[in-house]
Amino acid sequence: MKRVAVLGMPNTGKSTLFNRLTGAGAHVGNWPGVTVDLLAAKILLGDAMVEVVDLPGFYNLHGFSEDEQVVRRFLETQPVNLLLVVLNSSQLDRQLALPLQLKDLGIPMLIVLNMIDESGRLGVRIDLEKLEAALGGPVLTMSAKFGRGLEKVKSELSQQLLLHPKLKSVDMAAFDQDQRIELELDALVSQSVTSPIYLPPSATDKLDRVMLHPWLGLPIFFLMMFMLFQAIYGLGTPLQDGMGWLLDHIKTDAVVPLTAHWPAALKSLVLEGVFDGLGTVLTFLPIIAVFFMLMAIVEDSGYLARAAFLTDALMSRLGLDGRAFVMQLMGFGCNVPAIMGTRIMRSSGLRALTMLIIPFSLCSARLQVIVFIVAATFSPVAAPVALFSLYLTSFVMAFLTAFLFRKRYHSHEPLLLELPPYRLPTWRFLGIESWRAVKQFLAGAGGFIIIGVMLVWFMTHFPFDAVPAGPATLAGRLANLMTPVFSPLGIDALLSIALIFGFVAKEIVVGALAVIYSVGPDRLSDVLTARLDWVQAYSFLLFTLIYTPCLSTVAAIKQESKSWRLALLATAWPLMLAWLTSFTFYQVARALA
Amino acid sequence: MTTMTLNQLHPNATGVIEAIHAGQDLRRRLCGLGLRLGIRVRVIRQSPMNGPLQIRIGHTDLILRRIDAANIEVSPA
Repeated sequence: MKRVAVLGMPNTGKSTLFNRLTGAGAHVGNWPGVTVDLLAAKILLGDAMVEVVDLPGFYNLHGFSEDEQVVRRFLETQPVNLLLVVLNSSQLDRQLALPLQLKDLGIPMLIVLNMIDESGRLGVRIDLEKLEAALGGPVLTMSAKFGRGLEKVKSELSQQLLLHPKLKSVDMAAFDQDQRIELELDALVSQSVTSPIYLPPSATDKLDRVMLHPWLGLPIFFLMMFMLFQAIYGLGTPLQDGMGWLLDHIKTDAVVPLTAHWPAALKSLVLEGVFDGLGTVLTFLPIIAVFFMLMAIVEDSGYLARAAFLTDALMSRLGLDGRAFVMQLMGFGCNVPAIMGTRIMRSSGLRALTMLIIPFSLCSARLQVIVFIVAATFSPVAAPVALFSLYLTSFVMAFLTAFLFRKRYHSHEPLLLELPPYRLPTWRFLGIESWRAVKQFLAGAGGFIIIGVMLVWFMTHFPFDAVPAGPATLAGRLANLMTPVFSPLGIDALLSIALIFGFVAKEIVVGALAVIYSVGPDRLSDVLTARLDWVQAYSFLLFTLIYTPCLSTVAAIKQESKSWRLALLATAWPLMLAWLTSFTFYQVARALA
Repeated sequence: MTTMTLNQLHPNATGVIEAIHAGQDLRRRLCGLGLRLGIRVRVIRQSPMNGPLQIRIGHTDLILRRIDAANIEVSPA
């Protein structure tokens, strides 16, 4: 099959062009020797099927950033018919360096000058013929965002593929000629591109004067984050509840009658193991879809880079950057999409560190548990204080973790971000982005989550003649065994069984407690009031807040980082930190009382 | 002519890049973003609390940290 590689620098609208060409049909492809997922799609051009591969944005073929290595590795190992090179037409003064380098690879090129609408507004004039002569390939202009010039690009693509029917490997000998390319670039730019020297202050400049204002910028940032948060979870949570309601109905109306006459153990496996596992996976889908849609708006609009500018002063001291902070804040709704959202960061060290701190964000599932227990064990006056202190703890733990691991997982790349002009997002493709994220979550994390839920089900139900979640089950025996570990925290064996359940999903901790104390959920609150004093309760809350993020978060970390080590660290480290925090609190509080 | 480093330029001041003290790797990255010798660069604004700089080269706006900007020598223009 014929193959076309799409290349370009970041912020050239390369992905928009890729989406225009391929629609929703793109899939994540694996390539031998290439460590990251690349999107690829098979499309019909003329009368031939062509595979189009979207390579990560990069600045330089010689560079050593991770994306640059991916591009080089791909070109070294995969023969292609044609390179589709996308350039931002208002930044040709520097971007023309890329096709000049690529020319030496000896592979036919089709060059697309994108965002021609923007450069036209800026008054940039381009001599296409001179460019074609210098670059040795056809040069077309287009606006991928509005679809202008798309048909011409498509027909030129099929034309070029007819002219170059053979797959070619690159000539890697032609590297390392930077000096020459700089001279060529200057000559080519002065010949073929003219742009006005004095730019009138643009709308972006005016907007930035407010958005990046020395002391208005941060309050506006927090307001924007608050609104984004409300939008994501205000839209996502009802959808999630709807999905939960639907699943409940399927369970009681279809699965329960179907399994009514099955042996008890098998029935329980199907209902509380398999079905609940599947349910856990499915309830995340709406929130992931909404999250990626709204995050794409923030990214496309150009605000995300500005958030980095505003918060970098703090985050750089922790080995992170501003984008990590945005994801940490989004984690307060749900950790899973926030973990997946770290994709916007290209350095794997930075991503890993961000994935380690997101699980400390007090997500809405943990909030349910915490509010319930706080209400049962604290006076109405003390309750808000307790809740606030837990939010504070959430930030302290995240920053402490970042600070401790900043050397181990640091970014090898300096913060060098483009601040693109403010743009309206490409609404058309928001659906595609979120559909892809949902598909990847299902494929990458779904199986892991279902197996985990079944494992916890087994621990809390085996042996099958014992009372579920009772002391005779595996979980009960484990809790018993762990008594020496948990009693210094004021957490008794019954409570620690609930913590085992909490590993599946934090929101089931309250339900689990009701089962464990064998009372209805309505009476649970009284039982807790009677059995726990505030010191014990707060110690339990601290542990619940900090310990191992839920199974789905671990699955997301594993899926995104492709590293068992990081997933294991993200499980073990918070567990340790939770124990130390609860231990310190409990012992000090008891000593003082 | 006196040279200074990019982080010493005040907002709205323009300089011409005279030297870049960085490894081969970083030089190439900077070059890809348009930061090359002899190029005019303007500082747009500085983020408070010693945060990063916003600079403009041609039609490209970039943010970079002051610590990295200290490795770029410019002559005021």
